[in-house]
Amino acid sequence: MSQSPSRTLSAIGLYRRMAGASIVAQLRYPGTFAIQAIGNFVTTLLGFFGIWSLFHRFGSIAGWDIGTVAVLYGLVNVAFAVAETLGRGFEVFGGEYVRTGSFDRLLLRPRSTLLLLLGHELRLRPIGRFLQGAFVLIAGLWLAPHVQWSALLVLPSAIAGGAAMFLGVLIGQAALCFITVEGLEVVNVLTYGGVEAGQYPLTMFGRWLRRFITFVLPLAAVCYYPALFSLNHPDPLGMPTWIGSLSPLGGFAFLGVMVLVWHRAVAGYVSSGS
Amino acid sequence: MPTPLPTSDAITVNNLRKTYRIREGGSWRGKTRDIVALDGISFSVPRGQIAGFIGPNGAGKSTAIKILSGILRPTSGDVQVNGLVPWTNRVAHVARIGVVFGQRTQLWWDLSVAEGLALLRDIYSVEPERFARNRARLADALDLGGIMDQSVRQLSLGQRMRAEIAASLIHDPDILILDEPTIGLDAPSKLAVRAFVHELCRDRGTTVLLTTHDMHDIEALAERVIVIGHGRILADSPFEALRTTTLSERILELDFHGTPPDLTLPAGARETARASQSVTITFDPRQIPAPALVAHVGHLPGLDDLRISRPSIDEIITRFYADHAA
Repeated sequence: MSQSPSRTLSAIGLYRRMAGASIVAQLRYPGTFAIQAIGNFVTTLLGFFGIWSLFHRFGSIAGWDIGTVAVLYGLVNVAFAVAETLGRGFEVFGGEYVRTGSFDRLLLRPRSTLLLLLGHELRLRPIGRFLQGAFVLIAGLWLAPHVQWSALLVLPSAIAGGAAMFLGVLIGQAALCFITVEGLEVVNVLTYGGVEAGQYPLTMFGRWLRRFITFVLPLAAVCYYPALFSLNHPDPLGMPTWIGSLSPLGGFAFLGVMVLVWHRAVAGYVSSGS
Repeated sequence: MPTPLPTSDAITVNNLRKTYRIREGGSWRGKTRDIVALDGISFSVPRGQIAGFIGPNGAGKSTAIKILSGILRPTSGDVQVNGLVPWTNRVAHVARIGVVFGQRTQLWWDLSVAEGLALLRDIYSVEPERFARNRARLADALDLGGIMDQSVRQLSLGQRMRAEIAASLIHDPDILILDEPTIGLDAPSKLAVRAFVHELCRDRGTTVLLTTHDMHDIEALAERVIVIGHGRILADSPFEALRTTTLSERILELDFHGTPPDLTLPAGARETARASQSVTITFDPRQIPAPALVAHVGHLPGLDDLRISRPSIDEIITRFYADHAA
């Protein structure tokens, strides 16, 4: 080897450089960026007004107050915004890498394909969703009746676990692109659908869907349970409240599984050449 | 400088086979069929050689290039590049080769050439001093001074190709793989690319594996030509040898105002095609030099125009394959 490991720029160092370059590229047209970010903020905020008007009319729904729902809404949107910011390379993987054949180009670089795709773009546009979600989250904590301030420490880990989970979905979507680049809109059920579902308490869903967003896509683990824990709200479905302090790990477990899936998919691509 | 390696071959390929399994009809449950892309090829390239890899589309060139680049795993066979098996340790392998795909960019569309090179420095972990030295050398040799700060999107094809070659060499690879490096380039750009590759090999001892459809690339660069067709090696010889056998032939096309007259041709020339207003003659310049042949046909009645050309690689390979299959 002509390079000793000590000289190899660390993965984090390289990621910072790639992310920096992508920010330079995005800010080359600052007007476009500003319009997109504001548009992102406004469209996502409109979504919350729908929920807000329901609660404004009925006070509380099925025992849930506006504060709790706002916390769920904020958590899932902030987490998704982080995943969208980091995972753009996976989101566009089918169109920009598989269809054009430029995935080969990534394989020619002496780095992990996951790292190179993370470095595809650090997307600034979801800042709109992020700010809006954070704003609703804080408002929700303000409004919720039994906030347990010490338990709020679990919220950052819930956001991290949620971001990991959504990033896992994007990685899984990219892995699917090796099989087909058609019809992947189905995966939006997990991303945008996940954001929608995460905004509501688990009790609002039927048994089948509850199981799905608890055990398959661990949405409840990164939103619902941490929110109940922070708000000191007992789970009507009977789970102990403390579960919410550990459950965000489920998001990381999901990401880990998707990373394994990714490596299998890349190995398959290298064997088949398509 | 890269660590000096034992004087073994830069590339050795032994009985390499690749079979693609394709699904017919595109459905999930459709029948599958195996397509043999490489049918047991063997060759080796010594350090510092420029080897041309030629053959028609679908001959297996791209498959071989992909395997040597470490982005495709063969069905069977042994390959060593720089002493490494490309597909078992992709990261270590690709750190020591440079690859240029003529039809795809290695750079970033939205970044300038300079920014792209700086990112590659970080990807390949090139030390700052070595990077500065290589960048200056490549910018000078490839005339990149004026385009360093332009974004790749804005470059002409010729400018982009020069930038691509610089990008593939920023980490001092021992081996450079060029896949159609002159495709679509104008004449001055082609000349610049050829001159640069020639110097690279002469001055730095870089091993170059080149695929091309342009006969002039091969003539200008390759000391050795590996002809591949239907997944097999049809010829593997020094360029001069290939030239004197197959590539020596030239084609003379004659256009007439009306129906072409019957021709009597000197030895070494033969009529290979005839249309309503034109005749194609294939000749061997060693037996009948082009000026003599032109003088011979120049006075034919009704002759309107004439052109001399070389057979394309595809034509040569088609003939080659016909000869070898017989």
